[in-house]
Amino acid sequence: MAVDDRFARDYRQDRDDQPEGTRNEIITGPVSDWATDFSHLEPEWSADPYPIQDDLRQRCPIAHTDRFGGGWLPTRYEDVASIAYDPERFSSRAIIMSNFRPPHEIAPVGGSPPISSDPPFHHDARKLLLPAFTKAAVGRQEPGTRALCHSLVDAFGERDVVDAAAEYAQHIPMRVIADMLGFPPEDGPQFRIFVENTLEGVNLPPEERIARMTQLFDYLVAQVHDHLDHPREDLTTYLINAELHGRKLEPSHVVGTLVLLLIAGIDTTWSAIGASLWHLAKTPADRERLVAEPGLLPTATEEFLRAYAPVTMARLVRQDMHWRGADMKADDWILLSFPAANRDPAQFDRAGEVVIDRQANRHAAFGLGIHRCVGSHLARMELRTALEVWLERIPEFTLEDPSAVTWSAGQIRGPRALPLRIR
Amino acid sequence: MKVQISSERCQGHGRCYDLAPGLFGEDDEGYGTVLGDAIVPPGQESAARLAVANCPERAVELLEET
Repeated sequence: MAVDDRFARDYRQDRDDQPEGTRNEIITGPVSDWATDFSHLEPEWSADPYPIQDDLRQRCPIAHTDRFGGGWLPTRYEDVASIAYDPERFSSRAIIMSNFRPPHEIAPVGGSPPISSDPPFHHDARKLLLPAFTKAAVGRQEPGTRALCHSLVDAFGERDVVDAAAEYAQHIPMRVIADMLGFPPEDGPQFRIFVENTLEGVNLPPEERIARMTQLFDYLVAQVHDHLDHPREDLTTYLINAELHGRKLEPSHVVGTLVLLLIAGIDTTWSAIGASLWHLAKTPADRERLVAEPGLLPTATEEFLRAYAPVTMARLVRQDMHWRGADMKADDWILLSFPAANRDPAQFDRAGEVVIDRQANRHAAFGLGIHRCVGSHLARMELRTALEVWLERIPEFTLEDPSAVTWSAGQIRGPRALPLRIR
Repeated sequence: MKVQISSERCQGHGRCYDLAPGLFGEDDEGYGTVLGDAIVPPGQESAARLAVANCPERAVELLEET
């Protein structure tokens, strides 16, 4: 068998002759009018985006901004769903709304397949990942996840106040994805930095953003080399050996997919666990009911996912068009807010309330259409297990200081500081 | 009463086999499958309706026999 030399030299060195993409002027600062100048990077949005979305849904269902080189924000479920179902007109060439648009030549693969891929390539790249993320496959991670949750609670010791975001929620998806990828569990603190750089650093100067992303790619290339030298039963070795259309994957595909699995696997679930605990800490009636009726937890979990959906995606408009009253230009961003769709009163009764026994809950927290979150079964298992263990071990808890709770900025929203009084 | 899944619409969210495991299963890629002859046995009607009402893609259908 020939030696696998795909990674012998850094594949990024071969990209010098490729087109570079386009950058626009970075605009930050207070938003003048959310209908014409929105920005999901401003503190007002991070603190509480729902009143902004509700207001826009009523008066201007598709908001616009000149920031980020131009973009649109649909707020009705119907519009969000239509865009998610229409990859022909709305490309996933980039899925983080920023001040940089990758070159057209990167499509249909994109930088982190399959989330960044368009049809027809998307289908086959996604198919490679699906078997590892079925409900049955991720069920094998559940005993380890449960043991981890218990050990995190044990580590609280005798303290009265703990940070449920930093000391509990974040560690669960970090450890689970590190195990699945075969990365050292002690690298967790680095993962947190990678996640923040990727998702929250979008308004940094380009040189700084590139330097920070380079650290992530360097780390992943080093992990690939370690797996080439020491193959093992994990997703990284699987991707290195996987074949698509009769050939092993391009090095950029292997590393790009690792970027996706590492980044998308962590702060999304971290956010969902944190937001659910935040809700229960400030809503004693719901907390008491779930402690008394643990069988309701799966239903309540879906409601937390609807009401506090952590993930907003992005798309790029393919070509100039008039779409539902909006004059869209080629390469305009679409900020695809599943959280806004999930609170549309046209789709959900009592859309703005958290109803923990909601029976019919066709929410879009994991997206709709061909890009349905590939890790949704894993996320659900982690969220359910994290809440089960927490409620079993700590049935009574309250917000220590509501004003001390902080939320992440950008497209993934969840608590990043969540001090809870636990006794 | 029978259940069916539109394979055109199913994206593998798995709500059907979470909520009605007696009626639905998952294939090797996580897409929903209908178990057995698709006929809803007595006592499983409400689970079937729950699966329909929670499919984000509206891929699960209930065929009421006339």
